[in-house]
Amino acid sequence: MDLFFQLLINGIIVGTLYGVVAMCFVLIYKSTQVVNFAQGEFLLIGAWICWYILVQFQIPFVFGFLLTLAFMAGLGIFIQMVVLRPMIGEPIISVIMVTIGLSIFTRALANWLFGQNAVGFPEVFSMKAVNIGGLYVQPAYLMSFVISLIIMAGFFYFFKYSRYGLAMRATAFNQQVAQSLGISVKHVFAMAWAISAMVSALAGVVVGMVNGVSSALSFIGIKVFPAVILGGLDSIVGAVVGGLIVGVLENMAEYVDGQFLHWGNMLTIAPFWVLIIILVVKPYGLFGTKDIERV
Amino acid sequence: MATMSLRPCGDFRTTYRQDTAIFDTRNSRWAMILFLAAVYVLVLIPILAPGIEETPVLGSLFWPFYNAQYLSLAIQVCYWGIAALGLNILVGFTGQISLGHAAFFGIGAFASAYLNNTYGIPVVVSILLAGIVTAIVGLFFGSPAARIKGLYLAIATLAAQFIIEDLFIRLEWFTGGSSGSLANPIALFGVTFDTDQKFFLFALTLTIILYVLAANLMRTRDGRAFVAVRDHYLSAEVMGINLTKYRILSFGISAFYAGIGGALYGHYLGFVSAEGFTILLSIQFLGIIIIGGLGSVMGAMLGTIFMVLLPVVMAGGVDVIAATEWGNTPMITNGLAFFKEMAIGAAIILFLIFEPDGLAHRWRLIKAYWKLYPFSY
Repeated sequence: MDLFFQLLINGIIVGTLYGVVAMCFVLIYKSTQVVNFAQGEFLLIGAWICWYILVQFQIPFVFGFLLTLAFMAGLGIFIQMVVLRPMIGEPIISVIMVTIGLSIFTRALANWLFGQNAVGFPEVFSMKAVNIGGLYVQPAYLMSFVISLIIMAGFFYFFKYSRYGLAMRATAFNQQVAQSLGISVKHVFAMAWAISAMVSALAGVVVGMVNGVSSALSFIGIKVFPAVILGGLDSIVGAVVGGLIVGVLENMAEYVDGQFLHWGNMLTIAPFWVLIIILVVKPYGLFGTKDIERV
Repeated sequence: MATMSLRPCGDFRTTYRQDTAIFDTRNSRWAMILFLAAVYVLVLIPILAPGIEETPVLGSLFWPFYNAQYLSLAIQVCYWGIAALGLNILVGFTGQISLGHAAFFGIGAFASAYLNNTYGIPVVVSILLAGIVTAIVGLFFGSPAARIKGLYLAIATLAAQFIIEDLFIRLEWFTGGSSGSLANPIALFGVTFDTDQKFFLFALTLTIILYVLAANLMRTRDGRAFVAVRDHYLSAEVMGINLTKYRILSFGISAFYAGIGGALYGHYLGFVSAEGFTILLSIQFLGIIIIGGLGSVMGAMLGTIFMVLLPVVMAGGVDVIAATEWGNTPMITNGLAFFKEMAIGAAIILFLIFEPDGLAHRWRLIKAYWKLYPFSY
């Protein structure tokens, strides 16, 4: 039973991370109508950049981290302006393919520059496992959980109360109306990519601290798809819930598999089976708006 | 007009017959037939009269087909091209995205090897059967297409890619698990296609047959229905096209092509391993048809040639840089695998931004330029 609870806790912690990345994905989809297949690469780049700054220049973590965020914001805006702006009005295949192209280009670039093997992060916080009700939890995991919750609260505040958040919601609702009300849609698009890149990088750094930085980080970008489809593609709340469910589900699949079935590899593959089932049964997810087409 | 030898200035098509002609002019048709005949003759002569390719002057005629590297590239163009033709029917003509084409390619390779090894079915037949098996699997994984489209479909096929990839390891009776399975060489009428030259003849023949089938499919009622579904599915439905049928059928046909291509690949290598059919290969197939031109049968072949040559050019470029004084670092010399991937990604992005209609469109522009040369109006 201990293993069960251990995996449950793992699932919740990993699930909140998925939730954060899924939120970033939904943010881009909602405000710019672009499906970002390169979300996982944002995690990868963010983690590598932070690692590089810390190792190379030996500066305190906080400064290195802020530098990373600044870099990622610039990168997000750059990608939006150079790669995605020409894609406005193109068919959905082109938009999907351009982000896929971006994803394999950046992943190969990162693998070339930094190598493919996992590299440990410089130790920032004490790494002694904490005892919670008889279960040992890595403090980095705990920290990632707390950070994820803070990010989610931040997102909530941003969209609910801040001026820019309101502008983004307006753009997501209807671009033309937003534009006629004086919102610069260009700025909103750029901002969506910048925020998404920064928050993804944060998630990447957190995962990097726990598991080490490696090219496996970009796979989280693929795991995000089951989460967002489950929650509904255009719902931020849905992304968080979907992320949590997928995180718990894959660890439960691991438990069932390890204890009873012994099929192997269920941790990776179970979310995709769920994904297919959801798409057939309820394609708009738990919280997504149903796409009603009128002629 | 199919009976003319050269095309007049301007584009005057007045009948449906002209509009659906595969070759615009008589000359272009004869040029293609002569070109293919020349290729066949040049490969066949040294097979029938061994040693002729070694002779000093005459032998140089045959060198492209007796250079191991060129020939393996040409064969690669054949099996990738067949799969790309299928993907273009699905993506380019019907407008549905599939991120799982490599998985179907893999099913074809495993199915053909399995049928041949277990039941002793001749390889030529088992290649065809592998196509049919793959088509059935494609119909199954394409069935969500009846309800979902666009982005949702892309994600569903992404899931299918991972699930099938996982099944390749899991179903040991079928694929040999992680150790892979052996595939016998092709044998037909007592001739074993064991050398690259002989195999190339077989692959080329198969490619031509499937190319003509694909080109003709687009001239039939079903082909036009695919295009109608892509262009405006609501209007298509109003005009009496059964959307569900054509969406799923397109998956089936595309999987059939992928299966045949995969089977050819398996019998060429002689060994099929589950590691070859990753998402990266799926993306490569999508890259091929985007670079070649979505919705162009010829584009699929042009794109395949581009994608096959890209790593070769990259390797040459790396050699040149590594030969210079400043470029001879481990970063450059060990980075070739990454450069290839980066080149694929960059090619997809650049083509989408600067030439969204692909090489097929560029080819039309070149033809138009020479038609009017030297006066551009």
